[in-house]
Amino acid sequence: MNLWPWILIACGLAYLTKLSGYFVPAKLLRSPRMMRVAGTMTIGLLASLTVVNAVASGQSLAFDARLGALVAGAIALWLRAPFLVVVIVGSAAAACLRLLGWR
Amino acid sequence: MKLLESPAVKVGLSISIATGLYGISFGALASASGFNFWQTMAFSLLMFSGGSQFAFIGVVAGGGSGIAAMTAAALLGLRNGIYGMQMNALLRPGGWLKYPQAHITIDESTATASGQSDPDEQRRGFWTAGVGIFVLWNIFTAVGALAGDALGDPKQWGLDGAAVAAFLGLLWPRLKGREPWAIAAAAALATIIAVPFVPAGVPILVAAVVAGAIGWFSHGRSDEGMEPDVDPYPHERSRADQADQDSKERNAE
Repeated sequence: MNLWPWILIACGLAYLTKLSGYFVPAKLLRSPRMMRVAGTMTIGLLASLTVVNAVASGQSLAFDARLGALVAGAIALWLRAPFLVVVIVGSAAAACLRLLGWR
Repeated sequence: MKLLESPAVKVGLSISIATGLYGISFGALASASGFNFWQTMAFSLLMFSGGSQFAFIGVVAGGGSGIAAMTAAALLGLRNGIYGMQMNALLRPGGWLKYPQAHITIDESTATASGQSDPDEQRRGFWTAGVGIFVLWNIFTAVGALAGDALGDPKQWGLDGAAVAAFLGLLWPRLKGREPWAIAAAAALATIIAVPFVPAGVPILVAAVVAGAIGWFSHGRSDEGMEPDVDPYPHERSRADQADQDSKERNAE
């Protein structure tokens, strides 16, 4: 599958979204409902992406080494580790669990 | 005044380094997900919004289609439109300046500007963080992409686990209080229920609709979820939280 067209459209949309903010009337800024939807949607998308990457395997659910990465990442975040450390901890947890034989 | 004596520039530079560095994880994950070097660089050069970039490659890595990936990335970028409105009102860029300024309107540049009270400092903070992150994010994306190519089998190195941790790390700073946790839980549940029934990638969009509906119909803080991935002012914020806590305790007494 050639992903170039979708990548470029997505990049265009990202820029147009940012730019649109600079051209809408200031009144819209006072619409708390739009701001809330943008905020709650951000939380929902990131939560969903976390779950999908942790347990989805195509159209089925799989409980494998990625679950260990989720737990390890959460512990690192709880200990206030910086983002890059969290990512490395997640990767190390999954790699170690696989070495131990847990797919 | 020398530029380096400006508090906003100092904050902008440190946030640039902290944020720019994790471009290395984006580059490595993108190449592990099958994107070639220039596709990976296109994300960081042209899309330039960490959450949306991770979302696109995350959907593709999970077997989702290009259109599902594009939609997830676009929805996750919506908050940048709100930041644009805020920065337009705060910094009042004139004429052509809006065009480059829009491109570097992201969580961190907005937060750095918003944390200052003097208009000149706000402007310095925004541009230092925005340009600084853009440069470092792209350099480290390239480093990550090249390193990812050299690694071989991504699963052996646990790179799929790195993606899980990365999304959790992006979500974490936004989970302050009970309501965002409830929204995240609802979205996670909707995702798990949807996975067996719809094509890969689509469960993420289902969750976006659920979370958007919660925002539309409920009445909570209007800036819920609008926190930067890396907080430019962690000390001041925790001090403010502490002061908040103290006053609550005093009221309780």
